[in-house]
Amino acid sequence: MRQGVGSHLRRNLIVLAVVSVAYLLLTLFVSNSYYQLILTLVPVWALFGVSWNILSGYGGQLSFGHASFFGIGAYTVTLALVYWNLSPWLGIPLGMVLGGLAAILIGLPTFRLRGHYFALSMLAYPLAILYVMQYLGFQEVSMPMHRESPLAYMEFAEPRVYTLIAVLLLVGGVVVSLFIESSRFGLALLAIRQNELAAEAAGIDARSEKMRSLIVSGMMGAVAGGFYARVLLVVTPESVFGMLVSAQAVVVTLFGGVASVWGPVIGAAILVPLAETLQAELGTYLPGIQGVVYGVAIIAVMLLSPDGLYWTIRDRWLRRDASQGVSDVQSDVAAAAVDGKPPAPIRPVAHASGPLLQVEGLSRAFGGLRAVSEVSFSIAEGEILGIIGPNGAGKTTLFNVLNGVLSADEGSARLDGQPMLGRKTHEVCRMGVGRTFQVVRSFPRLPVLDNVIVGAYGAGASDHEAITRAVRALRQVGLQDRAEVAAGQLTNKQLRLMELARALAGSPRLLLLDETLAGLGREECDDVLGVLARLREQGMTICIIEHTMHAMMRLADRFVVLDHGRVLATGLPRLVVEDASVIEAYLGKKWLARREA
Amino acid sequence: MDLEILVENVLNAVTAGITIGCIYGLMCIGLGLIFGIMRIVNFAQGELLMLGMFVSFYLVSEGRILSALGPYWGPFIGAMCAAPAIFAGGALLHRFLISRVSGLRTVGSLDEGHFGQLIVTLGISLILQNGGQILFGSTPVAVRTPLSSEAFLIGPLYHGATVFLNKAKLVAFFVAVLAAVALYVTLEYTRLGKALRAAADNPTAATYMGIDVDRAYRIAFGLGSGITAVAGGLMATYISFTPFVGFDYVIIMYSGVVLGGMGSIFGAFWGGVTVGFVQQFSALILPPQLQNAAIFVVFLMIVLLRPQGLFGRSAERA
Repeated sequence: MRQGVGSHLRRNLIVLAVVSVAYLLLTLFVSNSYYQLILTLVPVWALFGVSWNILSGYGGQLSFGHASFFGIGAYTVTLALVYWNLSPWLGIPLGMVLGGLAAILIGLPTFRLRGHYFALSMLAYPLAILYVMQYLGFQEVSMPMHRESPLAYMEFAEPRVYTLIAVLLLVGGVVVSLFIESSRFGLALLAIRQNELAAEAAGIDARSEKMRSLIVSGMMGAVAGGFYARVLLVVTPESVFGMLVSAQAVVVTLFGGVASVWGPVIGAAILVPLAETLQAELGTYLPGIQGVVYGVAIIAVMLLSPDGLYWTIRDRWLRRDASQGVSDVQSDVAAAAVDGKPPAPIRPVAHASGPLLQVEGLSRAFGGLRAVSEVSFSIAEGEILGIIGPNGAGKTTLFNVLNGVLSADEGSARLDGQPMLGRKTHEVCRMGVGRTFQVVRSFPRLPVLDNVIVGAYGAGASDHEAITRAVRALRQVGLQDRAEVAAGQLTNKQLRLMELARALAGSPRLLLLDETLAGLGREECDDVLGVLARLREQGMTICIIEHTMHAMMRLADRFVVLDHGRVLATGLPRLVVEDASVIEAYLGKKWLARREA
Repeated sequence: MDLEILVENVLNAVTAGITIGCIYGLMCIGLGLIFGIMRIVNFAQGELLMLGMFVSFYLVSEGRILSALGPYWGPFIGAMCAAPAIFAGGALLHRFLISRVSGLRTVGSLDEGHFGQLIVTLGISLILQNGGQILFGSTPVAVRTPLSSEAFLIGPLYHGATVFLNKAKLVAFFVAVLAAVALYVTLEYTRLGKALRAAADNPTAATYMGIDVDRAYRIAFGLGSGITAVAGGLMATYISFTPFVGFDYVIIMYSGVVLGGMGSIFGAFWGGVTVGFVQQFSALILPPQLQNAAIFVVFLMIVLLRPQGLFGRSAERA
């Protein structure tokens, strides 16, 4: 478990226990069988929302096809009972397993897609299954009753028992979700949602984390569907694979609050009774009223409080609660600081001779444009290499090829003799290459400390070690006072430093810094240069792209000049800036002529 | 299978593929236009199609304004009349809902506002679909024209095979092609078209050039809605429909747009034609319930194997 969230988790578990007991007490006072059914359906849809939230809320992978899992659960329970006489007590776990398998089958191809494409493809799965179910003749399957041994088949005369089971299932789902929220897995998902490329550059294997979230989500969705079938006793393809089912998960979660475990619970508790009651009261005159209510609800939420009720209420009325969370983090920072060893020098084991990074003949083209062309250079351990060149010279492309964001067409790059090319971004990070971006890629809604912890996790640190490393990295860049602030509130300079700290938290052997000084004023520049100079004293090897010549002259040991993707010159800063071809590339021929005249 | 029957079936699938495909093409242009210009995936496009069908239905059925035009002309004129009505509806939807989660407002925000757009259009879809059920009821209806039960017979051709050309589909096909050409001319050669394309290319830069991007988007959304509604009106002459019909076609639209390369407006037309072909040919080998499943499978294959579309050269890098 991540530190700083322990008390948060405890508090949430207490709330969960209180709410569940209160809800069960409420059922004692309800005797109308229709309202009892609604009371059973609220936790079922809440559970389905919680499952959607794990994939789409935390991980940000918007799915409009969650009915796949719901329907698989429902049909597994029903068909297993009809054909194999398998009790729902076993059918629901079986559905859960199948839901997880379906998640793997769906995830393997679909996670190759992002954004729109992912959302649309997810939509197609339940609809395709729906038609197949119709074709197979499972138009309407009812569950046979087993009056001789009702308990063994999850049959109860007392409808409140169903509500009890539903609540217990929901409690299970919420607990799983709470543990995810407070684990490194949850933090990785949040990071992926906010900036996938940055998460990968910080060492997170985005694809496998997303896959894990889909599997957990699919299993949970199948449980919700399986129990739903047991409660309603009849399944049809439309009622479990239909669009309204997928929409229900989206709607209750968004309405209640996305990326919080309480969101779907709040959303279901309000919307399900509302829509069901309207349907019962007005359904004869206004047959589609339920769908209209859902539609209005999500549009209203999207326009008025896009993150959902939970966050709006929390932001508006529960400020104190929020500051409570902050002090937790602070105490953790303090705790880590106490047992933190003095900022250990990064200086790694002494290595055999040879440069730390050796790049040879590296090329990368976009269509006919050779963005990087036969670039060779090397960086020695402890050296600061400045990469300079006019706009469009291929500097950022070079970094992207080096850390696996882009593939290389030709050439090789070795880190301490190990080939770097052909690896994925997070693998390059785990080899010990930290990276910052030209435009800062932060996780704006996470606190600074969590932003940096992501970097430590990415490099494979344990929970305790991660926070120690993160605090140390924040010290190294001088941001320890801002640890608990959301990254979105930082100034440009602080963001740059935070990104640097995130890279440092992975204990890299080589830092690739892409225009770390861009957009900073002179004093801010000096601050950042000071930080970099201190890193150098600790033995860090840095490769930095920069435009600001005077800053680079002070910082870099050696320059590599790129122009039109080629290496124009290499060498000591003083010599390079005197080089005629470099001046020409930067300032043009005229300038050169005037100077020589 | 008998060679004669096989030849006949294939020839009929080809002609049906062309006629239905072009109508699908028109339908896909609507979605493609909205995506191409505004980068919004409109979830409610199927419901706009449905509205087009019902507008046409209410205009031309017994005792309504256009019923005087008779069963031959009426349905097709009714379909064309759906365009201005749904254009206005689409523009209003944009004015009051879509514009608040799209356009310049969301440029550079966390996911460019995609999350909000998908959700708001999903909400619109739910409201229109279920609201439609309240307004129109859920009994299937159809725009009646004698043409839908008449056909031109071509043949006997090779081995005595005869091709049946349904007259309603044939007229609908011509109207669809005309509408697509008219839209093409508008977008390529008029000032409005240039403004729309500029707003699509780079909304911020277009603003600096004095283009009212918000208005351009409103027009684009209206146009996209209206075009799909015309296709709906045309289809209403040969299928029966309920307020939930949009659902059956929304995936066809997505498939067409993705096939054509997301972002390419007229690529969407060819995408739609392709989907029409796939559907008609799958009818030769698959039972009817699985034809829609076949389209989903094709859709998934395209998205997974060639997300830049069959006709597109490049799309946004995944």
